[in-house]
Amino acid sequence: MADIALTEADATAQRAARAETTRRAGRGDARFHVLTWLAAAAVLLIFAGVIISLVIGSIPAFKAFGFSFLTSSAWNPTSNIFGGLPSIYGTLVTSFLAMLLAVPVGIGIAIFLTELCPRPLRRPIGIAIELLAGIPSIIYGIWGLFVFAPWLQAHVQQPIIDATDGIPLIGSLLGGAPYGIGVFTAALILSIMVLPFISAVTRDVFETVPTMLKEATYGLGCTTWEVMWRVVLPYARSGVIGGAMLALGRALGETMAVTFVIGNAHTIDASLFAPGTTISATIANEFTEATGALYTSSLIFLGLILFFITFIVLAFAQWMLLALERQGGTK
Amino acid sequence: MIVSKGLYLRRRIVNGVFITLSIAAALFGLVWLAFILSALISQGIVALSPMLFTHSTPPPGQPGGLLNAIIGSVLMSVMAVVLGTPIGLFAGTYLAEYGKHTGFAFVVRFVNDILLSAPSIVTGLFIYEIVVLPMGHFSAWAGTLSLMVIVIPVVVRTTENMLILVPNGLREAASALGAPMSFVIRAVTWQAAKAGIITGVLLAIARISGETAPLLFTALNNQFLSTNLNAPIASLPAVIFQYALSPYDDWHRLAWAGALLITATVLTLSILARLLENKRN
Repeated sequence: MADIALTEADATAQRAARAETTRRAGRGDARFHVLTWLAAAAVLLIFAGVIISLVIGSIPAFKAFGFSFLTSSAWNPTSNIFGGLPSIYGTLVTSFLAMLLAVPVGIGIAIFLTELCPRPLRRPIGIAIELLAGIPSIIYGIWGLFVFAPWLQAHVQQPIIDATDGIPLIGSLLGGAPYGIGVFTAALILSIMVLPFISAVTRDVFETVPTMLKEATYGLGCTTWEVMWRVVLPYARSGVIGGAMLALGRALGETMAVTFVIGNAHTIDASLFAPGTTISATIANEFTEATGALYTSSLIFLGLILFFITFIVLAFAQWMLLALERQGGTK
Repeated sequence: MIVSKGLYLRRRIVNGVFITLSIAAALFGLVWLAFILSALISQGIVALSPMLFTHSTPPPGQPGGLLNAIIGSVLMSVMAVVLGTPIGLFAGTYLAEYGKHTGFAFVVRFVNDILLSAPSIVTGLFIYEIVVLPMGHFSAWAGTLSLMVIVIPVVVRTTENMLILVPNGLREAASALGAPMSFVIRAVTWQAAKAGIITGVLLAIARISGETAPLLFTALNNQFLSTNLNAPIASLPAVIFQYALSPYDDWHRLAWAGALLITATVLTLSILARLLENKRN
């Protein structure tokens, strides 16, 4: 009898202990859940913080100049008159030129890696191209300033200027003096920098194209070009556009490489070889030296404009890539 | 007959041109890599000396090294990773394990991917507004926080990607044994995805070690050796920026040496991350 009573008491204690353990585990479980939720909310908080702080910081400049800040090309710190047009123009032009070169070349690399490259070489070449994305921006900058710009000045710009001299439009677009540094150089370096983003995304979406589709097209007697142009590219279209937009987002906000080679001149010149500036280069060059609240505020206003432009481009990129994912899901 | 022969020829020519262009595109990419790395090595090697690691940045015309910049960079990077990794890890875990397809998780994922590619100079302005202005001066803390803002999205993205790859059978087996969800995540899911998560952290370190723009107006720069978190601090990228744009040849040499150091670090980290990834596969 005594034994049984002891066992029953034991069992009750054990049940209580077990219930306590379960409760504690439950509490720990809930705490962990809340912790992860807080971390996720922190990401939103950072994003909101960026927007709010930029908006608040740019209020003085907006009050002083209003929307004419976007269309004015005056930039005169001594008389406190600022306009963002040259910076905005430089940002858009360098990025546009960079994409003009990087998109076809990036797609070409992706095609080479998925269709043409001998199998043992695929990984090493793929990794080498991706290393271009790993090299920090400032390295492109110092290389661009000391090595690339002088080389470009002597071997590319001078011959082009000589060759196009006198031709209307093109002559002025590619005219002037060969400075070495300038919009053209910045755009070239940008295109090298974003190349790996385009080729990596494009290669990944090319690999999602069902082999069956490609083999069927080859079976009809199509050439590699026809398979890529008529089957693979249409199938992977939204992914390719998404990758290009992602790269454009990077190019728009790229700072150090551009700051070294663009010349930091607040002018809009007809010639692509002339020095110019971009939003990010203006901020990087002038922010710590900006004296006066209005100067600082104008630079932050430029930052807000840059953030707005990149946000739209990146959101569009995501939307395209999401569409691709859904397409993959329904397959 | 003749018509189809012409057609064949035209298709063959188009195809040949296209293949040539693709190969040229790949060569184009590789040539730039070789061009940059060779310039970096030829200019950087001659500037390497033991003094780089024992002396701080000199005034023009005097011998010196990069000790203060190296220490500043390492200090801020380590702190940014130590502070940013847990936040990124937890947020990534939330997306993969709890949030999944909820609207909140969708928004966080979207915003995170925007932050991942957002211009770093803008996040630098953000830290300037919320840290430097209230404190009244530039500081290593501000630099650390601006790097942390860059670390978090990288870690969130890789953590989520890696956790999704963990087979559900593992989670179910652990849950069937009676383990609470948080325990399953910590003891099973994280363990299974460990290599991938570490890869993400390595990539984040690689990303911030060359980051310059946000440091210019958060940590500023410092000519002297300092480990004071409340004072401006030197960093390799900021020193390279300053020295490369100076008119002095010996400063240029130091800038090249710094550039070589950064690139070697970043490329080593990227290759390590890749090796780790391969091992997992």
